[in-house]
Amino acid sequence: MTAAPAPAPASGQTAKMRPRARLAVLVGRTVAWASRVVRFGTGSVIGGRASLLVDRNLLAELTGSRDVAIVSATNGKTTTTKLLSAALSSHQRVVSNWLGANMTPGIVAALASANSTDTAVLEVDERWVDSVLRATNASTVVLLNLSRDQLDRTQEVRKLAEQWRDALTATPPRTVIANADDPLVTWAALAAPNVTWIATGQEWTADAAGCPACSGRIDFVDTEWACTSCDLKRPRVDVFVEDDTISIAGRSFRSPLALPGRVNRVNAAFALAASTAMGADLDAAFDALDDITEVAGRYRVADFKGTNIRLLLAKNPAGWHEALELLEGPSTPLVIAINARIADGHDPSWLWDVAYERVGNRLVIAIGERRHDLAVRFRYGNITHRIADSLEEALELVRQSPDFDPAVPVDVASNYTAFQDHLEKVGGVL
Amino acid sequence: MTSTPDLNRTDSAVRIVSLYPDLLGTYGDGGNALVLSRRLEWRGIAVEHITVDAGAPVPDSADLYLVGGGEDGPQVQAARELERSQGLHRAVDKGAVVLAICAGMQILGHRFPDATGTSRSGLGLLDCETVRVNRPRAVGELLTTNAHLTTAHGLVELGPLTGFENHAGRTIPGPNGVSLASVEVGEGNGDGSEGVVTGTVVGTYLHGPALARNPRLADALLEWIVGPAAMTPLDDSDVDALRAERIHAAREHELAPRRSWRDILRRS
Repeated sequence: MTAAPAPAPASGQTAKMRPRARLAVLVGRTVAWASRVVRFGTGSVIGGRASLLVDRNLLAELTGSRDVAIVSATNGKTTTTKLLSAALSSHQRVVSNWLGANMTPGIVAALASANSTDTAVLEVDERWVDSVLRATNASTVVLLNLSRDQLDRTQEVRKLAEQWRDALTATPPRTVIANADDPLVTWAALAAPNVTWIATGQEWTADAAGCPACSGRIDFVDTEWACTSCDLKRPRVDVFVEDDTISIAGRSFRSPLALPGRVNRVNAAFALAASTAMGADLDAAFDALDDITEVAGRYRVADFKGTNIRLLLAKNPAGWHEALELLEGPSTPLVIAINARIADGHDPSWLWDVAYERVGNRLVIAIGERRHDLAVRFRYGNITHRIADSLEEALELVRQSPDFDPAVPVDVASNYTAFQDHLEKVGGVL
Repeated sequence: MTSTPDLNRTDSAVRIVSLYPDLLGTYGDGGNALVLSRRLEWRGIAVEHITVDAGAPVPDSADLYLVGGGEDGPQVQAARELERSQGLHRAVDKGAVVLAICAGMQILGHRFPDATGTSRSGLGLLDCETVRVNRPRAVGELLTTNAHLTTAHGLVELGPLTGFENHAGRTIPGPNGVSLASVEVGEGNGDGSEGVVTGTVVGTYLHGPALARNPRLADALLEWIVGPAAMTPLDDSDVDALRAERIHAAREHELAPRRSWRDILRRS
């Protein structure tokens, strides 16, 4: 779980801790180990839970003597956490929970296995920002975006923005890196004393038409936005992303990323701004980003039973808006998979907020537990489609298509649990 | 996609207006407009779809108006702007058909609760009143018995209605508010019925979107406007498969396939 070399032995970490916290770490490790032995999973979340049962203040204890950065958002938090970890690793040891266990138990588990002074880069679930910020006194908070996601489960996005705002007021971090093109994020971040604003050119604004400050209406004109009833408006930006170029601290760089798509250049801009705020050298940070070719399996190209596939993750309308940039253009068939388990949200009505028509004339194979919802969406989008019961069967249909090109990896774009299923099929997280 | 208060009726296109999708567009209800448009196009009937954002004038000469679901704050703003505009009231007076979903249905009634629970005046286009009740939010699959709708062309059978509900209020139909069906699985209005119809205004709690999962409801609304002769049959095999699966899931109370004890402990 660390981006840095192997963690130091337990004694180095726990020597200065309270006895209760030391016991908590030990219990967590034991439970995690037992969980791995019975092939239950990585054991990180369950171990973290066991630790917190012994000492519920363990997170504060584990972050008492290290610099902490928090990364939160609806979309892009795992990737940005990974990019920020890499950028910082050029000059310091870093520990991170970038595998996606992003609530307190997963964070505790990641930190318990690292040196007590390693810098922590923490991916944090949107709803947990307040409690993690309170416990860790993070110096740097990165807020990427807020949009509709899992409507049946998560609070409405407006309430999340309010929680973020309250959290930043209660525990002000040294620096907040925030999205100047997302009114919800902007309003939340304005509660912090020192904000670096990123111009993201975010195109998905459907969740921000109502002003978070006054419920008035927000007008979007070209790159600017402003509330028509109060004084909330787009702040002056410090960092921007334009085509292939990232402009930061008065300098412009060609994006060094191996990761595809505009959205990842935006994620990189956040990571660079945060890393320099935490003392990294900008050039070294830039150099560190080009080695990353996948993030927890996202964008991986792999062989699956003789067919080359590329794994893409998109969980909600804003995420699909970015993913479709990679899916429009080619003529080869592709596979789209949708589940609706707890982690996905039980209501896939949001499929109708996604412009799947952008795939053009490509044949799309619908799979996943909600493949029939997808098929109906495609039918009304006049999108050529078939339904398959499994990834294997879908790829069979792809290979039979006259548009199949064996030289080009077959895109398999999935929402959260469907993606996890597919990742497991090609060997899991590397 | 711009709107003007006066639409020139230059041809026989069916005109569909999506009202305030920027305020009431949270739950995918925008899909209802696509379903209606395609079902007309596939039958060779011209359609004009107009999106009216909050702040823009509401045209009163369209054939069909769609109002979607949304969050508490925007819901209040939508009610305020529609009341001020009066365009929807005039359209209903002229016989336009309206489909209002969830928060949309609530604001079209006489009264509805805002985020703080305070009762607010609705538009009074649907004979119903929504009140806050002290129970958890109704979130899950909603399935009804065979539904019916009385249109200009008589009583239309809609079959069972299926969808996803996500709301907190309880809706009480008045003497001129006829429900669409009885609830088989889920909460619906809260009194065992689902939906409210007053004249040409239809309200329902169904997301999914409602018309994607219930093509007979979509066709009943269209038939109201274009007449039964134009309603040639369509290939609904994709929808039939979805309906069969969702009706089964609702009856089995299985929102998602059962997870193993291992998954549950891992909370993955």
